[in-house]
Amino acid sequence: MADAMEQLYQQVILDHARVRQGEGELTEYGGESFQINPTCGDQVTLRVQLDPAGETIQALGWTGQGCSISQASLSVMHELVISQPVTRAEELGGYFRELMAARGRELDPTRLEALEDASAFTGVARYPARIKCALLGWMALRDALVQARGRA
Amino acid sequence: MLNPDTIRADFPLLTRTVRGGKPLVYLDSGATAQKPQQVIDAESAFYAQTNAAVHRGAHQIAEEATEAYEASRAVVAEFVGADEDEIVWTKNATEALNLVAYGFLNASLAGAAAPGSPAAEVVASEARQRYALTPGDEIVVTEAEHHANLVPWQQLAHKTGATLRWIGVTAEGRLDPETFSVIGERTRVLAITHASNVTGAITDVDALVARARAVGAYVVLDACQTAAHMPVDLHALNVDFAAFSAHKMVGPTGVGALYGKRELLNDLPPFLTGGSMVEVVTMDSTSFMPPPQRFEAGTQMVAQVVGFRAAVDYLRELGMDQVAEHEKQMTRQLLDGIASVPGVRVLGPQDATDRLAVVAFEVDSVHPHDVGQVLDNAGVAVRVGHHCAQPIHRRLGVHASARASAGVYTTSADIEAFIDGLHEVRRFFATPSPTGSLDSAAGGH
Repeated sequence: MADAMEQLYQQVILDHARVRQGEGELTEYGGESFQINPTCGDQVTLRVQLDPAGETIQALGWTGQGCSISQASLSVMHELVISQPVTRAEELGGYFRELMAARGRELDPTRLEALEDASAFTGVARYPARIKCALLGWMALRDALVQARGRA
Repeated sequence: MLNPDTIRADFPLLTRTVRGGKPLVYLDSGATAQKPQQVIDAESAFYAQTNAAVHRGAHQIAEEATEAYEASRAVVAEFVGADEDEIVWTKNATEALNLVAYGFLNASLAGAAAPGSPAAEVVASEARQRYALTPGDEIVVTEAEHHANLVPWQQLAHKTGATLRWIGVTAEGRLDPETFSVIGERTRVLAITHASNVTGAITDVDALVARARAVGAYVVLDACQTAAHMPVDLHALNVDFAAFSAHKMVGPTGVGALYGKRELLNDLPPFLTGGSMVEVVTMDSTSFMPPPQRFEAGTQMVAQVVGFRAAVDYLRELGMDQVAEHEKQMTRQLLDGIASVPGVRVLGPQDATDRLAVVAFEVDSVHPHDVGQVLDNAGVAVRVGHHCAQPIHRRLGVHASARASAGVYTTSADIEAFIDGLHEVRRFFATPSPTGSLDSAAGGH
């Protein structure tokens, strides 16, 4: 029994759920997104600030509540995209969505490597009800980036 | 006493395994009940032998289908203490509640009377007197409602200018009698649940009906959670309308029922319009059939109606007193079991008095989704989320919960497996913190 659960809740996920990166409210931001998972009411408000050229993610902060999968996913995402070009963040978001759609099959190795800690979410994709949890933060990021770029 | 072990033999789904060969422990009957072979066979036999559109066609099969459809109405009506012509088939309880709310709305609209149709005008003018709402009127609901018995009334209030008020919920998860005074002279509708689908608390319907009668308000009862779990006598409860759903009563999905007192249904304007519910149709007007046909527009879910009857036959054979007694035992075992697990809090009454075997709970510092996942891995199916009742969760200080709910086929062994699962949840998510106390891996609320 523990095996399936340990595959799902990898240590990386449990660690990120406990000590969360990027949690907190940004006061200066160019884009904001509120996302809710209607089945459980889990929610996140994510804010993003780009550099003056509008090309790099300078700051990213999120607040909200949710299950360990959604919280860990937000934390890992923060680690991956902070100080990265917007285009890279969008690319990684694409890989992560691909991973979630893969139903547990592994991605192309270079893409999986690019996802770093986020590759630990491979097991989540085997549980269709939990995919939304893992995607909550990435949906918020995509939405907030569209706004931030529009303003930059 | 019921013997759930012999009952289980009737439910094929309960013999399957989940998550790599684990026996299924189904504790999600509050969401939907599993179906006995008798119901599955009734639906299947209808398609194999009797399938035809009802209330039309002169052929033998159509006659037999119509007979089966109407015989089901009589059986289901008797089961809930109603008369046959007081039961309207709907696709589910949500539709039944909307049917009533839209009846009020349609009576409130200026165009309610279809011009040129004498019959329609009679319905409409009676309807206006009875059901039209205007600003200043009040609709009273409760904080414990399922969204299905809240949102339609919210919408009705928005559209008519009436004011929505509500009865509060105590910290224990029961309707708070101190807030019953919101029912007043302006109250036109009182919409209440018979039992909360979150806390399991059974409503003191008599007390609320007495208050509504004193001010001339109509009472709409959501009987979804009770109809399969205790004897329900709608005439004795003296409510005006009630809704319930077959799928929670070991019956098929796709069919529910609205109960309405005969004279009240008679004055209620139609909700859905079209075929099967009309008398005379001209190019610019229509007269409507009397109830219940007035509310059954279009081709009906006849096989499911027949299956509904088989479900009610099944429950009647068990005896609803016996069912209630069995489920009270399950309630006690659930509550005692949960109380024995540290860090788990029941949302709702802590004892089995006036309470159904629907037990929502939270595990300290573990999100309900994570609770449900570990239970599922042990083969234990519970509901997680807000169970379509966000306001009562907010009232009880949580965003969501996990919920175990029992049915006629639930055994002591099921509940033991569930309690073992709760210990596993605690073990899996607990990690020693620097202070030595138990800390959790999951995000808090």
